[in-house]
Amino acid sequence: MSFRIIGTGMYVPPKIVTNDDLSKIVDTNDEWISKRVGIKERHISEQEFTSEMGLKAAENALKDANVRPDELNAVFAATISGETSSPSMSCMIQKGLGATCLALDMSAACSAFLFLLETAAAYFALHPDYQKILVVGTERMSGIIDYTDRSTCVIFGDGAGAAVLERGENYHDSVITVKGGDDVIKIPCYAGTSPWFERETEPPCMQMKGQETFKYAVSSITQDIESLLERNHLTMDDIAWIVPHQANKRIIDFAAKMLKVPKEKFFCNIEKYGNTSSASVPIALDELAKSGNLKRGDKIILCAFGGGLANAACLITW
Amino acid sequence: MVQEKIIELLAEATDTDAAEITADTAFADLGIDSLDLTEMAMQLEEEFGIELEMKPEINTVGKLTEVVESLKG
Repeated sequence: MSFRIIGTGMYVPPKIVTNDDLSKIVDTNDEWISKRVGIKERHISEQEFTSEMGLKAAENALKDANVRPDELNAVFAATISGETSSPSMSCMIQKGLGATCLALDMSAACSAFLFLLETAAAYFALHPDYQKILVVGTERMSGIIDYTDRSTCVIFGDGAGAAVLERGENYHDSVITVKGGDDVIKIPCYAGTSPWFERETEPPCMQMKGQETFKYAVSSITQDIESLLERNHLTMDDIAWIVPHQANKRIIDFAAKMLKVPKEKFFCNIEKYGNTSSASVPIALDELAKSGNLKRGDKIILCAFGGGLANAACLITW
Repeated sequence: MVQEKIIELLAEATDTDAAEITADTAFADLGIDSLDLTEMAMQLEEEFGIELEMKPEINTVGKLTEVVESLKG
């Protein structure tokens, strides 16, 4: 017993920051960024907090699904860049929707949307009365990036993606792996002003080791996809689309090469949005769904990897 | 065999004629970046069943060949 996706939605803030814009504030250029990560531009919030972007994506998903907020049994949300630690992101979105259902958050960085789907499947199984769950990934990555660090500030963008899940049978399998540790990807939190705390603290900004992240990402994508195919007795020919976390185009292209599949099998929109962490898979899914290239009945694989370290993939019938 | 594979991968990554790449060729001279090196390392790992960490001092075709040969056993 699981779910099927009956609607998707996304929201990105209107301001676009190009590679040329970034070259004015940090030592970089369009050629280097395009070659290194495959990003040409990203959306950056000027006026909206993370919850406000999440709310807009949620509203778009509900409209797409033709579902009212009062029909929801739960709102699950994920973020690593919320404007508040409390209330949680899901609480803020629940309030904005005028819903009265359960609201809970998941913290799993770039893999969080897949963690949300897994959790939703579990909740549908646990609560026979649950019919509809809203899942949202929303990020204001620009709020946790050091814009003097050219190795990270060129990569990330802001935005939100959401999906409405209805009780069903279309979430077939998943693989989730966690290798806890902060030596590859780390985002410290604000450490406070306690005069008694003696430990050294760090600025609340993204830290990422590029090469280690690349190797981990490609390994996890290839292993997770191969695992799902094998366990479900499928080949790549049975899969209409792979929707990967949009971290770096070279990761996606190299994973396709290692899997020996055409890179066109992987949906990619990173050139427009950059890496939006937990929002990247639902934003990609929404764009793919609205493009007309995804048909009901298509089998798709969603996959993600990132801070934790955590990586996840799932097999869904659209 | 190892050196040939390394040259093949570098030629493909840089769109260079493999005949122009020798043991003395430095990676820096080919205009490849750290992600190119990571990609090559992963392909060599798969090809030869090894675990390879690309350190800065492994900076030529010859040096990489030696390291891979020693890891292969």
